[in-house]
Amino acid sequence: MKKYVLDLKVVQNDRLHTDYCLLKLTSTSVLPEIQPGQFAEVRIEGTESVFLRRPISINYVDKQANALWLLIRLAGAGTRRLAEYGAGDTLNLILPLGNGFSLPQTPAEQPLLIGGGVGVAPLLFLGDRLKQMGCKPVFLLGARSCDDLLLLDDFRRQGDVYLTTEDGSLGEQGYVTQHTVLSSRHFDQIYTCGPKPMMMAVAQYAASKNVSCEASLENTMACGIGACLCCVEKTIEGHVCVCTEGPVFNINQLTWLN
Amino acid sequence: MAELTTKIGDLTLKNPVITASGTFGYGIEYADFIDLSRLGGIIVKGTTEQPREGNPYPRMAETPSGMLNAVGLQNKGADHFIREIYPKIKHVDTQIIVNVSGSTVESYVSCAERMAALEHIRAIELNISCPNVKQGGMAFGVTCRGASEVVRAVRTVYPKTLIVKLSPNVRDITEIARTVESEGADAVSLINTLLGMAIDAEKRRPILSTITGGLSGPCIKPVALRMVWQTFQAVHIPVIGLGGITCWQDAVEFMLAGASAIQIGTYNFIDPTISVKVIDGLNDYCHRHGFASVTKLTGALNSMESI
Repeated sequence: MKKYVLDLKVVQNDRLHTDYCLLKLTSTSVLPEIQPGQFAEVRIEGTESVFLRRPISINYVDKQANALWLLIRLAGAGTRRLAEYGAGDTLNLILPLGNGFSLPQTPAEQPLLIGGGVGVAPLLFLGDRLKQMGCKPVFLLGARSCDDLLLLDDFRRQGDVYLTTEDGSLGEQGYVTQHTVLSSRHFDQIYTCGPKPMMMAVAQYAASKNVSCEASLENTMACGIGACLCCVEKTIEGHVCVCTEGPVFNINQLTWLN
Repeated sequence: MAELTTKIGDLTLKNPVITASGTFGYGIEYADFIDLSRLGGIIVKGTTEQPREGNPYPRMAETPSGMLNAVGLQNKGADHFIREIYPKIKHVDTQIIVNVSGSTVESYVSCAERMAALEHIRAIELNISCPNVKQGGMAFGVTCRGASEVVRAVRTVYPKTLIVKLSPNVRDITEIARTVESEGADAVSLINTLLGMAIDAEKRRPILSTITGGLSGPCIKPVALRMVWQTFQAVHIPVIGLGGITCWQDAVEFMLAGASAIQIGTYNFIDPTISVKVIDGLNDYCHRHGFASVTKLTGALNSMESI
């Protein structure tokens, strides 16, 4: 897929609780085709300590509004600066980057989308695509506490939503891999994005049930286009760039299950 | 339009802007963003005789105005380059230069020899300075004896333009530059990354898997500029300047300090189109300051008294 360097205009930037923001961006020209699971490298200006672009997954593409959404956790100086951008400001992005999730062969397949924390971001866009193709996506979303469970109304529009929180403030208490839906319903395909320990636990679960599973990785990255070789993940084929070979990997390619 | 053509040994560049090894892949990675044929040259990523897995993740840490890396020369080896990559890039209308590295004199020689056989590769850049490699690399570039040994050996098998990339992690870079010049290098490029370190205070541990790594980006520019200026006065062969270039003004500064050509490295990650912007900016600068040819910029630094 051809990659572009684009100046996009901020339409809206909503603060979600204290630690997250939802940036909605648009363009004067038609946005390039983007697949769920792909990401953008966002340039952040106006801060002394931020030098590199920040890789951020595409949260949602609103084709009608010619807009794309970025769900951002305010983790450091770069993401905190992004929270300051307001309507009318311009952000420079390189996109679309990486490979997206692979979609089911038939709408009869039952997908489960498991997200943790801000890792839920690409699953909204994926859920939307799955729904459009006739699938009935089921979401299992986990976080530390209810304040870290984001965009629930948007997820509920795409399919059934099951929740866990570590403190029990919403949904079942515990981790996503302990949720009762895993034993009460059958799934043909699992997609996951979130903290690595969570994804590794999901991968173990999927492998034990013999269900195909794809995980979206978020290794520390510099270029985002396969030039610097900084974001590598150890796979069965050796070190590969998460930015170009991923960020979505079938768990069988990774070395997590050994 | 100023004359931008410049020469490095027998190698003619259509302009003095080259993309630096390890920051531009094989060029193909940037083809969506710029017309590669506009570049003076592309130095493809460090290639070794045998494939290398590189260092474990994490390999990168952002620093103020720069970054540390510890990639460790991950590459699929000379055979893979010749079989899979070379056919795809050999007809790009720019100078494709291969950065050659090794862990023994014999492996440098063998890799250089294989590159010499490739018609469309008219120069190599010998990496004697990568600070990431536990064996080899560093050891050659930091002593005159080591540098001399590897350059002499490669020179006997490599008849085309031989550029030697120098490490800044030395007591006196001009000594090493003079040494490689005397062994027959056609040009020197400097500086490679500065050895640095990053620590995660919360976790109380190093960020890089290798603990230390190579620092690059605008934070190293003043050091690079100083070393280019010193080296320009110490040798008679062309100096290629690099280290933290982010705009055409930086490129002009390096040329005034003595560089015959410049390389753009880390900033390709921030602006993948920066190289063509620098070419355009150099052209405008020459025009504005009355330089008919960009080559007149090399070492054209006015003295303090002239101000």
